[in-house]
Amino acid sequence: MFTIFKRELKSYFTQPTAYAIIVIFLLFSMALAFTFGKFIAVGDASLEWSFLFWHPWIYMLLAPAVGMRLWADEQRYGTIELLGTFPISTWKVIIGKYLAGASVWLIALLLTFPIVLTVNYLGSPDNGSILSGYIGSFLVCCTFLAITMLVSAFTRDQVVCLIVSVSICVLMVLGGYDDVTLQLAKIVSPSVLEGITALGVWSHFSSLSRGLFRFQDLVWFTSLISVSLLGTSAILSAKRA
Amino acid sequence: MIEVVNLTKQFGIKRAVDNLSFTVKKGEVLGFLGPNGAGKSTTMRMVTGFIPPTAGEAKICGISIVDSPAEAKKRIGYLPESAPLYNDMTVTGFLKFCAEVRGLKGTAKKEAVERAIETCFLTSVAQQAIETLSKGYRHRTCLAQALLHDPEVLILDEPTDGLDPNQKYEVRQLIKRLGETKAILFSTHILEEVEAACTRAVIVDRGIIVADGTPAELLAQSGTGSLTDLFRAVTTRDTEVS
Repeated sequence: MFTIFKRELKSYFTQPTAYAIIVIFLLFSMALAFTFGKFIAVGDASLEWSFLFWHPWIYMLLAPAVGMRLWADEQRYGTIELLGTFPISTWKVIIGKYLAGASVWLIALLLTFPIVLTVNYLGSPDNGSILSGYIGSFLVCCTFLAITMLVSAFTRDQVVCLIVSVSICVLMVLGGYDDVTLQLAKIVSPSVLEGITALGVWSHFSSLSRGLFRFQDLVWFTSLISVSLLGTSAILSAKRA
Repeated sequence: MIEVVNLTKQFGIKRAVDNLSFTVKKGEVLGFLGPNGAGKSTTMRMVTGFIPPTAGEAKICGISIVDSPAEAKKRIGYLPESAPLYNDMTVTGFLKFCAEVRGLKGTAKKEAVERAIETCFLTSVAQQAIETLSKGYRHRTCLAQALLHDPEVLILDEPTDGLDPNQKYEVRQLIKRLGETKAILFSTHILEEVEAACTRAVIVDRGIIVADGTPAELLAQSGTGSLTDLFRAVTTRDTEVS
């Protein structure tokens, strides 16, 4: 498993993918924090609204870009046939690949440390809730990554994978967003609306970004991730049969 | 070493491999012949454990590939048809990765990689990125991957496809040499290869074995002394398949 992880992570960094993703993520997260996020103007020593709020919006477009090649490429270049005949279980390969993708994001998130230093320099924020916010942000990203991995098991085409996964992630971000929910409430029945908002990330992310660590949110994120990874395994074995 | 018993694969309504049985013993090189679409690659994919058989069984050194795939796979070296590789890696990097996945560590890994590079004449491109290699080198890199762990069984899907005549000759010599101590199953369209490298050959057509014997026996069976005539007589042309 570690061997797979190492290869995938190295592959992200020998190709421009990881650098492009990290740079774009840093640019957008900072730009949004200082413009629409009014990081300076509000004068609030927290990162909840100014910085972390924007993360799901960036992830919904960028997380699939990291995950799309994980299985699509293996299938396109036939290297899946090598992996399938090595004495290693598919499950270990899935975990190894997933952790490599997640590590790219962990690095990207860790590189946002200047804003944490800045907010500590300018005021005295609650660093516990900042940490909790970061964990929430990472969990949202990992969820999107797991969904992308599931989609990428279906197709050998990276572009198809990107489009489908971005659509799913956009739905998950918009689905639970207050403004959208209010508009939706006018056209759909309450039970349908409840279904849509249940799949949205906001109710789980916002409590974490406020510094509220609820067990149910952790369960929500980890179950979505596990279901996606189990699905990936099921799709890959079904494809071979 | 390789025992295939009543192996069958059904894709929808199409039966790609139909009740195929054969064995390859240690010291034997079995040539697997047949027209395109005869089920050669499908058979090899089942024997290597990449796809599950619909029915039947394949055993590698007595271990069932269906029941204990991990143990059986350890004993197989496999060269897939398209010689797939990770293009972003170097030849050495790729071989090291494959050796690690196969559980080789430290000096054992280093020696295995060096030996495979030497056996497959890859020394001059060892540090080169795989995406910059020509087809012959790509093929040999993938072949090197199959030899890393010194497996008892080698399964090679068209190992000489796309190589120039010199490279073909080298690979055939290599197969012949390795065949002295291993059980080798390799598929090909090139009939001269049977005489050049095989101790035995089977011809499959539409998933069924239609001829089986040593090269000399097959030549005798042809009546004309030409394997091509035999091949054309026992196999169906894709133009006549309804």
